[in-house]
Amino acid sequence: MNSTHMLPNRRHLLAGTAAIAATVAAPAILRAQGGPLKVGMLLPRSGFEAGIGQDCQRGVDITPGILKSLGLPELTIINGDTESNVDTAREHAEKLISDGAQLLVGAFDSGQTTAIAQVAEQKGIPLVINIAGAPDITEQGYKFVFRNFPTAPMLTRDGFLAQKAVFDIVGKAPKTVAFMRVNDTFGTAMSKAFAAMMPKFNMPYTIADEISYDPAARDLSVEVTKAKATNADAILVVGRLNDAMLITRELVKQRWTPQAILSVGPGWYEDQYIKTLGKLSDGPMSFVPWYDPNKKLSKALEDALAAKYPGINLNTNHVYTFEALLVAADAYKRAGSTDPKALADAVRTTNITDNASIGPGISFNAKGQNDKIIGGGIQNRGGKLITIAPKEAANGQPVWPMKSYQDRA
Amino acid sequence: MGLDVYLNVAVAGVLTGLVYGLMALGLSVIFGVVRVVNFAHGEMMSIAMYIAVVLFSSFHLDPLVMLVPIAAVMFVFGYALQAGLINPFITRPEHSQFLLVVALAIIIVNALLIIFGPDARTVQTSYAYDSFEIGPVIVDASKTYAAAAAIVVTAALFAFFRFTLLGKAIRACADNYTGALVVGLNVNRLYALTFGLGAACVGAAGTMMTLITDVTPALGPGYTLLAFVIVITGGLGSMPGALIGGLLIGLTEALAGLLFTPSAKSMFAFGILVLVLLFRPQGILGRRLT
Repeated sequence: MNSTHMLPNRRHLLAGTAAIAATVAAPAILRAQGGPLKVGMLLPRSGFEAGIGQDCQRGVDITPGILKSLGLPELTIINGDTESNVDTAREHAEKLISDGAQLLVGAFDSGQTTAIAQVAEQKGIPLVINIAGAPDITEQGYKFVFRNFPTAPMLTRDGFLAQKAVFDIVGKAPKTVAFMRVNDTFGTAMSKAFAAMMPKFNMPYTIADEISYDPAARDLSVEVTKAKATNADAILVVGRLNDAMLITRELVKQRWTPQAILSVGPGWYEDQYIKTLGKLSDGPMSFVPWYDPNKKLSKALEDALAAKYPGINLNTNHVYTFEALLVAADAYKRAGSTDPKALADAVRTTNITDNASIGPGISFNAKGQNDKIIGGGIQNRGGKLITIAPKEAANGQPVWPMKSYQDRA
Repeated sequence: MGLDVYLNVAVAGVLTGLVYGLMALGLSVIFGVVRVVNFAHGEMMSIAMYIAVVLFSSFHLDPLVMLVPIAAVMFVFGYALQAGLINPFITRPEHSQFLLVVALAIIIVNALLIIFGPDARTVQTSYAYDSFEIGPVIVDASKTYAAAAAIVVTAALFAFFRFTLLGKAIRACADNYTGALVVGLNVNRLYALTFGLGAACVGAAGTMMTLITDVTPALGPGYTLLAFVIVITGGLGSMPGALIGGLLIGLTEALAGLLFTPSAKSMFAFGILVLVLLFRPQGILGRRLT
């Protein structure tokens, strides 16, 4: 063989270079061509948080029709299951990105979301957090992480304000509370926020005892016995669905009905809580980020949920998961590209005023946090969720004290 | 805190411990004879729990009534599992057995997830929220029934192994595999029978557990771990040991939750396990293996 045939000539080199350049440029060209944005949707669809993860999924399911009615682009959802586990959340975030996700949304749990945020930042893919309260997530100087959900201090601030509003309306307030909380990232962050902020808000009660427990606990009889032994007027709780149901059952069995259950977090308003416990689910008040039932988009969400999932009440899980996808679609429309940096820039300049949650709308500060959200207060009554605070979003009055568990048929 | 608080917590701990003991009993029975460490224990219990849930939600059959039928179904399942799948692995290296049962556990969890979904399911009996008030002590009715079932099942198993010919033959297999073969015992059948009995215990435990906890596919691995802690503490292969191990862990968790912090309950349970492994490796009632 003649060795000269082995060497590329200048024409071959040019052709090869052009081919390589075309290959490298292809994704950019494709990115600019439009089509649905690929959104990696990370939720705890199995494991101990599966109930809430599935509830968030309902928010995903009702999104396409509403986005279309708002004239926003279509999204292609790629599902990922965090299995209620931090390590799995990290692995699945990486997998979704390698599978082509151009933006991530998730993941309900602060610990899991923290892990996903690290991956998103490292890979340069925008993450829009639907639900997660740990403040650290938006304190790391991340450029690709955005949160349309209150931080633990914001939750606490609004929780205290809404509680005081309720105490003013009913003209009564507990003098002592037993503080029961999960011992995970969220529960610990809330505990710190309570300790730091309670004196500033001049709350009418003191914490008789703080009782922390595993969020995956199978039995909370000792915890409830301990809380009951404090003789507190009310229970202040930061938990989730699993423990909300366990605590309620133990309250009934141990024949203790406190004046009020004041929840600052999820669990007590979940559809599964209401359906599983029936009349025993009545009474607890949740001071959480909520939706304004008087807003136009809230009504659209209620209608869409009623059509797809009859009998299920619209709640925070649906609204904030929807709003995270709304932010993604809005940013994609304005960016006109799936380029991650362009998307992140577009998310950063979000200004949605016609939203569903309580407050003036969705925009992000320099840290990627929507700091304009206002928390609400709701009470479980007759299988429905009544908004009791703030006054401008309320559609009912609070009932105080709770009806004794023993007097319910 | 008054004495009544300590009494309430101690009683709750004892009842929970007995239920734990019932849950771990099947694991101890299977290992005591077949020498297969069943890493699918909690997952098998999940199957029984789902059977109880389906029977209740479809036909309103009370778990207390269905205890024996579900145990019988699980006996057949365990017998078939041992005869068809596990028996060929009896003489293989332990890591092969380990991988087999772990694979089985994963299959069960995922099958339950596909069939029933991830949502928690519950059995709402008319007495689900009942409790007995005895002076200052409030006793959970469901836990009391489950604890009573634990004692009855343990006593029945103990009597079976102690006083029946079949039970003695199974014990002979456990004591000396080769000797049992030499005297003409059908060891494979006896092993399958034992696995079936272990599975029946798991079935009884799962049925009773539906009275006190919600059922999800993800429950299995947690219960497997807990069962191991209990039987290693009580003595692997010892039936009374399983009950005592359960009692010890239940009581330790309850009192640790009261006296220290509920967050540290599991830490104390594992602390007991470490102490047992250090000072009595065969467990409280276990026999020293040679």
